Amino acid sequence: MKSINELLALKEKAQAQMGARCAGSDMTSIVVGMATCGIASGARPVLEEMQKKVEEEGLDTVMVTQTGCVGMCQYEPILEVYEPGKPKVTYIQMSPDKVDRIVQEHLKGGSVVEDFTLESIDKIKVDPDADNKHSLNDTVFQKNQRRIALRNCGYIDPESIDDYISTDGYQALNKVLTEMEPDEVIQTVLDSGLRGRGGAGFPTGLKWRFASGNRGQVQKFVCCNADEGDPGAFMDRSVLEGDPHVVLEAMAIAGYAIGSNQGYIYVRAEYPIAVKRLEIALNQAREYGVLGKDIFGTGFDFDISLRLGAGAFVCGEETALMTSIEGNRGEPRPRPPFPAVKGLFAKPTILNNVETYANIPQIILKGADWYSSVGTEKSKGTKVFALGGKINNTGLVEVPMGIPLRTVIEDIGGGVPNGKKFKAAQTGGPSGGCIPASLLDVPMDYESLGAIGSIIGSGGLIVMDEDNCMVDIAKFYLQFTADESCGKCTPCRVGTKRMLEILERITKGQGTLADIDKLEELAAYVKENSACGLGQTAPNPILSTIKHFRDEYEAHVVDKCCPAGVCKDLLQYRIDPDKCKGCTLCAKNCPAGAITGTVKEPHVIDQTKCIKCGVCKTNCKFDAIDTK
Amino acid sequence: MSTTKKTVPFHGTAAQEQELIAAIHEMKDMEGCLMPIMQKAQDIYGYLPEEVQKIIADELDIPMEKIYGIATFYSQFNLAPKGENQIQVCLGTACYVKGSGNILRRVQEKLGINTGECTPDGKFSLDACRCVGACGLAPVMMINEAVYGRLTVDDVDRILDQY
Repeated sequence: MKSINELLALKEKAQAQMGARCAGSDMTSIVVGMATCGIASGARPVLEEMQKKVEEEGLDTVMVTQTGCVGMCQYEPILEVYEPGKPKVTYIQMSPDKVDRIVQEHLKGGSVVEDFTLESIDKIKVDPDADNKHSLNDTVFQKNQRRIALRNCGYIDPESIDDYISTDGYQALNKVLTEMEPDEVIQTVLDSGLRGRGGAGFPTGLKWRFASGNRGQVQKFVCCNADEGDPGAFMDRSVLEGDPHVVLEAMAIAGYAIGSNQGYIYVRAEYPIAVKRLEIALNQAREYGVLGKDIFGTGFDFDISLRLGAGAFVCGEETALMTSIEGNRGEPRPRPPFPAVKGLFAKPTILNNVETYANIPQIILKGADWYSSVGTEKSKGTKVFALGGKINNTGLVEVPMGIPLRTVIEDIGGGVPNGKKFKAAQTGGPSGGCIPASLLDVPMDYESLGAIGSIIGSGGLIVMDEDNCMVDIAKFYLQFTADESCGKCTPCRVGTKRMLEILERITKGQGTLADIDKLEELAAYVKENSACGLGQTAPNPILSTIKHFRDEYEAHVVDKCCPAGVCKDLLQYRIDPDKCKGCTLCAKNCPAGAITGTVKEPHVIDQTKCIKCGVCKTNCKFDAIDTK
Repeated sequence: MSTTKKTVPFHGTAAQEQELIAAIHEMKDMEGCLMPIMQKAQDIYGYLPEEVQKIIADELDIPMEKIYGIATFYSQFNLAPKGENQIQVCLGTACYVKGSGNILRRVQEKLGINTGECTPDGKFSLDACRCVGACGLAPVMMINEAVYGRLTVDDVDRILDQY
């Protein structure tokens, strides 16, 4: 690839191959979501069946391709039909046996198969004003979103560089190389207000500027953090699986901006599909000459190596990640010196995460003002959140910064299932905190979440309902951080262990009120004295749950009960005599022989014999066994 | 790292050793080559017993202690062999709040092993992991590279029987 004309000619050709996804084509285009969630739900047989049927029926104006994550994990496998001149139709919860009806009734007969559309599920609210009620675009789920980083996910085939080029791919790289000075690129990123999407929220442009000195005189590196370790966050996986080229293009742009010709992507080995698609993308990019020597004939060289992680959470921390690429135990290093001065292989280095990079090409093409017009005063642009836990529409959503949490949970997420009451939303994974129902109107931006003791973090958003115990959740996170602490500094290594022990005591009913104070004191100490982000943020789940749910902690230590009925040692199984029909099922199943009673009479549990295994509750057909 | 003790004698073949040495020669001049080499070694042998660590140490002329240090730091390196089918039950947050603890217990009951262990016939090994990034399908488990989502305790037997 030597010139913009060559790229534009390719784009025109590629657009023609996109079918009705691009205007002006007379080909119908069918895409099947084939990211991890889709494949796990059975998308591959759906794709194969569709390809087979289209061929059998001789539908030569129909093309069938795969795509990345459409975003609605809950309703995978998802199949979308783009017909020329018609609005898109989204089919959900597909299976191979449903394919034939779509072929016969929709593709050949011209009428949408309403049984498989979004409307067939009443939990998905379709916008009442929408003209067309069959497209994902018309749902409340999608209407509140603004897709910039995810713009190609669920739209293009991630294994095709042509598809990427058809949506302006590699034009931003061409623009910076042929029209912009490196400092201009940095200024644009700075002006856009983009901040690191991996958690810390540091201004991206500033990071680049710090590393921009002595261009051409010293070896520098551009790194991509794709070691998405926060449990509950999967936006980076989706970008890599749905639009891998965007990351490559952005890294090349960063390379030009700071004066580096070598990039590294450090990706979790737990993401096999993402790794495979990155490898494909790298090969295609080299073949097209958008990576390698003399890119676009400008004399700029840039290439990228892929490195796989090996399952250490701490390697998401920037200095630990670099130590790991160097081939060592992934322990963090003290800062300063900062990576911009002395990073990978002791050379100046910038490190950004996947989602951050995914915004860059659009910022270059559309301008800093366009990007900074989205979001709040200090938090610009959009953020991708992974909605999970007790919520109807689990999935991946990209929203403007500053959107109220309530909109995300109630409108986009469709609220809490099974009529249960919302208790808390956990943001930021093991480094974040829990937001209670009283603060549901908080705007989702860096500052507002920080003010209430949580963080945006990498974007995990787990919803909890009345059946989740907040002390148990804090314990869960501490188990995680204590496990994953690399052990290098004492406050983190010992502090997380001691805090975990206190939490274990509390959940076993052996805690005291003084334990809660001790926890707070220790948490403050670990936060202040740990060497890296892992330890500095590990106490956040404890501090935020004590702050917002102190009554639950007190119930555990004072009343020795777990209000949510989770902490096993504090449970008392009781049979409600009004509900018990005396069917004897529980007594027959009890492994401890703790249940007695006569047929057709309410049974009783002997608390001294009960081992709290829960078998009685699971088997009871009359919901007569209570644990609170 | 896995907590299981080495229970099986090393059965490495000459062909495996040759493949590993060839891979080492190909990668040894690359900066930061040690981890990719260890990952390759684990691909070849399935785990990293002392014998394999020694080959790497000799070929790269570095102390074995350094290799052991890395192998024990990262959870994906195994010092003991894994089962023919590797089960990972996700205990990430989204799965945890949706009851993946019960899924793990059912797998343990069914196979009669704890996490970090391998069934006596070598067919299954079991680990708990933190987040495979399929939170939208929680609770989730992985067997080899296949992801099983939206699990209930009753699904476990049916899925394991397929292997």
